[in-house]
Amino acid sequence: MSTTTSAAQALLWQAVADADENAAIAVLYDAMDEGLDEETLLLDVIAPVQEKVGTEWAAGRITVAQEHAATAISERAMAALAHRHPTRPSQPARRGRITVACIDGEWHAFPARLVSETLRLRGWHVDYLGAQTPTPHLIAHLHRTGSDAALLSCSLPTHLPAAHAAITACQAIGVPVMAGGRAFGPDGRYARALGADHWAPDARTAATALEAGLDRPAPAAIRQTIDDLPHLDDQEYTLVIQNRAQLVKQTLADLEERFPAMRAYSTAQRDRTTEDLAHIIGFLATALYVDDARLFTTFIAWTAGILSARNVPVTSLRLGLDVLVGHLRDFPRALTFLTAATDALHTTSDHTGPGITA
Amino acid sequence: MSPLVTASRDFPARPRSAGGAAADAWGNAPYPVVVADRHGGLAYLNKAAQLLWPQASRGDWLHEAVPSWLSDAHTYISDGLRGMDADVLGGPVHDRFFEAHATPGADGDVVWWLIDDTDRRLAVTALRTAQDRSEALSEVSATLLSTLNVPRCMEVAAFMAAQHLAEAAVLIAPAQGRRHPMTYAVQGGPVTQISQPIDPHSVPGLAEALQGFPPVPARWIDPARIPDWVLPDGFTKPLGSVIVTPLPGHGVPAGALILLRSSTEQRFTEGEEVFARLFAARAGAALSAARLYTEQADVTATLMRELMPPSLTRVHGVDYAGNYRAAKDHEHVGGDFYDVHPGADRSQETLVVLGDVAGKGLEAAVLTGKIRNTLHALLPLAGDHQRVLELLNGALLSFHHTRFATLVLASVRRRGGKAHLRLTSAGHMPPLIIRADGEVEAAATRGTVVGALPRVTSHTVETVLKPGETCLLYTDGITEARGGPLGDEMFGEERLRRALSECAGIPVEALVERVQMLAAQWLGTGQHDDMAVVAISAPKTATLSVVDGHVSGKNWEER
Repeated sequence: MSTTTSAAQALLWQAVADADENAAIAVLYDAMDEGLDEETLLLDVIAPVQEKVGTEWAAGRITVAQEHAATAISERAMAALAHRHPTRPSQPARRGRITVACIDGEWHAFPARLVSETLRLRGWHVDYLGAQTPTPHLIAHLHRTGSDAALLSCSLPTHLPAAHAAITACQAIGVPVMAGGRAFGPDGRYARALGADHWAPDARTAATALEAGLDRPAPAAIRQTIDDLPHLDDQEYTLVIQNRAQLVKQTLADLEERFPAMRAYSTAQRDRTTEDLAHIIGFLATALYVDDARLFTTFIAWTAGILSARNVPVTSLRLGLDVLVGHLRDFPRALTFLTAATDALHTTSDHTGPGITA
Repeated sequence: MSPLVTASRDFPARPRSAGGAAADAWGNAPYPVVVADRHGGLAYLNKAAQLLWPQASRGDWLHEAVPSWLSDAHTYISDGLRGMDADVLGGPVHDRFFEAHATPGADGDVVWWLIDDTDRRLAVTALRTAQDRSEALSEVSATLLSTLNVPRCMEVAAFMAAQHLAEAAVLIAPAQGRRHPMTYAVQGGPVTQISQPIDPHSVPGLAEALQGFPPVPARWIDPARIPDWVLPDGFTKPLGSVIVTPLPGHGVPAGALILLRSSTEQRFTEGEEVFARLFAARAGAALSAARLYTEQADVTATLMRELMPPSLTRVHGVDYAGNYRAAKDHEHVGGDFYDVHPGADRSQETLVVLGDVAGKGLEAAVLTGKIRNTLHALLPLAGDHQRVLELLNGALLSFHHTRFATLVLASVRRRGGKAHLRLTSAGHMPPLIIRADGEVEAAATRGTVVGALPRVTSHTVETVLKPGETCLLYTDGITEARGGPLGDEMFGEERLRRALSECAGIPVEALVERVQMLAAQWLGTGQHDDMAVVAISAPKTATLSVVDGHVSGKNWEER
């Protein structure tokens, strides 16, 4: 990485952390004047800064509101960058047409936005549908535009079942799907499990793969969920997700009994605990969906990191898992995952992993 | 055949085994029977065999009387190279096909029983062709039905036609203006699409096909008369035969399909013509469906554009952001709405409206359109919110519907870095104001709903937003969102206020996104009402102006 790039990164981080839009834009324009091209600015300056926003939040150094503000500033800066580019508006798309969208329920639109801008720079006609695109809207859009491919972004693993529905829906109408985003796993393993035609770890790889061309899926091969994931036959995912609210209630009651300090919680604290429990069960269900304990253990280890960064005792997490074991006696796969997560709590304090930003 | 040769081979003058009762039994057998001796001489033919080979007679050499596949098999058996009960043999005799079974006769003779298998084999071939075709048709149908995009549908149809029916296929869609969209496909090659002016009369049967007349038989079409524009790029061999078939649509033709085969290949048979028509029927139906969908989608998009919430931005030094989520995932609009009507200049107030019509879905959306138009017309009166509401109420009561609406009016003007607001609620939740220190207060405005009663009353309040302070207008879809970790709780105003108090000073678009996100996460996958949010804020930092791609005039707006 050039010194210009890293210097620009440092300056942009400062501007974004101060929520100073003008400063952020000035940093980018200056870097451009110093010879950095737009793609480098997007992917080697803005993207790492945005990454840092996430890790700073996880470390408890900025609030969730500050995280939102920083993202908004980054987005405005990115828009200003596109605005400044003199040739772009009149420049016709040299390549095909691509649709970029976030999975229904997925609010983290920034990565999808970065990919869209990168592909536009590389000459694609990009339709960016934005955060949480309902799958019916996505499919209607694909029918209308006849896109060459759909790029689906998913950051939060709990949206993987929704991602699966979107992937199969696109393929059923003959549109190949490239999956991207943290939710699909560090090596894209969940993208493969859900039958995506392609997976890209970053915008450059996505662009390269599109330039090489994606084959259209055979539309005659319409798949059902169970065809991709035969283990769903045991109904563990279905039952856990359907009874999620009930599980949260029961676990909460048991926790109060075993962790008397909880009774003194304020409404806000109680709400947060309830939300945490719902998240844990959500991730457990998702791990059951893709049949991978790592999805759950990574999340638990990461949650432990978040809790310690906010001075919340990790004991409560261990206790929560323990209580869940009691309620899921008849679910062999779920029990394996819970045990693996409890073991992981003893051995690791890894802070990297999938994010929740509620 | 020379008797001398026969004699020289010590051949008996008369077949021994052919005599007697057994021979009589063969003689009248319904199947041809041929007896040959171990030297390869023809010992006997029954009546049925004589009908097959009228020239053959006893004493002839078998290999001169019958096809070689049979005489060769006989030699193998006589030489012990092949057993009698080996696999059943078969081969052509004239234009028919026979199975041959061998049984031992007397003195090393072999009795050949021939069974006419022609019809069964024809049936098997016909069945296989039919199976192949129905498999192809089912693949064609599945593929064609998968897309509702017209160019893609034409691409698939031409590709499949070149795959299953011919060496190359050209799909010609009805003219758009003076040009016909054309799709060319060559077997094993790429599909190309162009739009060009053509003369349909230059191809025999094409003009008729495009008008939906029955296809002209392939044998009537002289390949020499096919113009060059019909031939796809990769198709270089001389043309042998051509099918031109209409693509029947929903009442109107969906286009025509031209199938091409080079002179080195077999000409199109009648059966293939029939199959081509079956294919064309499916392709035509799929194309018509795609065209219908596209037309409907275009109509919807055009009508919807008027109903879609506007995208908001900075106006006269005040930041605005809005976010909308329709109750039904497959719709883009619903019963909530918002608008920002900028003042004529910076000294004039900008009017912000956010409202909620009773009900959801398209019907409610249509009424929001009427309300938005009415309010637009009432803009000159926006200085008096009560007057606007009275006139709107009158207009709503005169519409032919029974729905009422709640709304909030906000008149905004920036003075000295602060935003001055006049807020009026008509039966709507009061706007929430997020102060710089994170305190959240509800504006003390109240009023009656519009469109229900002959009279409306309202109370307008004024407030001032300092830089970084924000006023949030929202609909009850947010606070009445049902779900949460326990499944059946309302999101509620309390949670909203708590969330807002953590959002002091953040950019407006981040604020509206955060509110929508919290509500959406609260809902999970549950049902919900329309949800609309608008934020109004006095910018914290100096106003940005992008002129010729350069940031200029920092602080120019401060006064």
